[in-house]
Amino acid sequence: MKPSVVVEKPMALNNQEVARYSRHLIMPEVGMSGQLKLKAASVLCIGAGGLGSPVALYLAAAGVGRIGIVDFDVVDFSNLHRQIIHGTPDVGRSKLDSARDRLTAINPEVTVVTHEIALSSDNALDILADYQIIVDGTDNFPTRYLVNDACVLLSKPNVYGSIFRFEGQASVFAAKNGPCYRCLYPEPPPPGLVPSCAEGGVLGILPGVVGTIQATEAVKLIIGVGEPLINRFLIYDALKMRFRELKLRKDPNCLVCGNNPTVRELIDYEKFCNVTQVSEPHTESTISETTVEELKRSIDKQENLFILDVREPQEHQICRIPGSTLIPLGDLPTRLVELEGYDRMVVHCKSGMRSAKAVQLLHKAGFKKAKNLRGGILAWIDKIDSSLPKY
Amino acid sequence: MANEIIIPTPLRVYAGKQDVVEAEGSTVGELLDNLTSEYTELRNHLYNDEGKLRHFVNVYVNDDDIRYLQKEATPIKDGDTVSIVPSVAGGSGLAMAIK
Repeated sequence: MKPSVVVEKPMALNNQEVARYSRHLIMPEVGMSGQLKLKAASVLCIGAGGLGSPVALYLAAAGVGRIGIVDFDVVDFSNLHRQIIHGTPDVGRSKLDSARDRLTAINPEVTVVTHEIALSSDNALDILADYQIIVDGTDNFPTRYLVNDACVLLSKPNVYGSIFRFEGQASVFAAKNGPCYRCLYPEPPPPGLVPSCAEGGVLGILPGVVGTIQATEAVKLIIGVGEPLINRFLIYDALKMRFRELKLRKDPNCLVCGNNPTVRELIDYEKFCNVTQVSEPHTESTISETTVEELKRSIDKQENLFILDVREPQEHQICRIPGSTLIPLGDLPTRLVELEGYDRMVVHCKSGMRSAKAVQLLHKAGFKKAKNLRGGILAWIDKIDSSLPKY
Repeated sequence: MANEIIIPTPLRVYAGKQDVVEAEGSTVGELLDNLTSEYTELRNHLYNDEGKLRHFVNVYVNDDDIRYLQKEATPIKDGDTVSIVPSVAGGSGLAMAIK
């Protein structure tokens, strides 16, 4: 009797796929074997936003057989200038539904798997385990560290990208013998010390460039060609149109991927990042506040009140509370003299984070009656004047 | 002699809105000390209360991480460029992924 041999059915491309991928197939670096590797591959995109959009679009077009997407958000008008997987008719729809439709329209040959869930320490290992490569397109530190640690624990490469205003970063972490995100940054910044994208803004095209780099790295890892961004950290400055490359090293003392790791399972990343409630300022409980309703009453009664707007000039141009004076938070320490003589003061920004810092600063400088406007100008628009545009 | 320090976008607001600042010093420590005595607000973002470089800020001389050179005692030569590279989380709009 012949020994039984398990013969896997060889994967092949149908004629339509050959036509679709012909410009890949005629390149020696990809060819039929590379295209079949792509077809057999699976990639998970964490986030269907600015970075996730170009990543998923290009991976689908390239013929990556199974593309997973994790997201739980709905498409908003403020997404459209950069999240090109979604269109105007998708506003209000789930990002996953919108992304799936678009990817299937580009390439019906690929399988799109949607995970409508907030990635957490409870579910991350199960979700990530099903994929070969993870592409990190999140925008907050707890999830960054969660994805990193899960990739290290599962030995899966983490294709990293990050963006801020005009500047982007990219690398490949947790690859075999390569460093992880914690080797580079053992600890996250305390909340409030680094502005978020929502606060700092981002050039719409920037995630296009960085996400396309991530997609390129994922495809290279799958096919096994070229030099991946392992041990290298790429920094892209769109204003200068300049790429810089820094050397990365695996840290032998890294708590998760070093020689004696102490992080052997997923931890509480909110606690690790010292984030209790992402949208609220961590200083809130210690500073005096007022509400938009109280502010409106004071304005109507023409009370002697100084309304200080600590946003940036470009934000003040979009919308403002009547009678407010603009002094951006960064300029406040050197412009305190302009506030002398004022007693009652209400300080606001967009949502209350920056103005909380400003009130602390004012209290220290002797302006004891300065109060923070809870919810910022967004609360003002919601509750007092809905004719103003939101941003 | 003065060397160029590349200031990353998130910290430019604390460095007079400049992307490159020149400072003098024969070591990385001296250079950063001179930089932060001119831009005092930057100090709080680079150093913790014990005066140590914060863990989410890396400093490079040319393309090398000073943690693998001589840390803040790393000597600076004429023409070396120093980069400050903080961690940046921005990405997709998946802002509240962990609840």
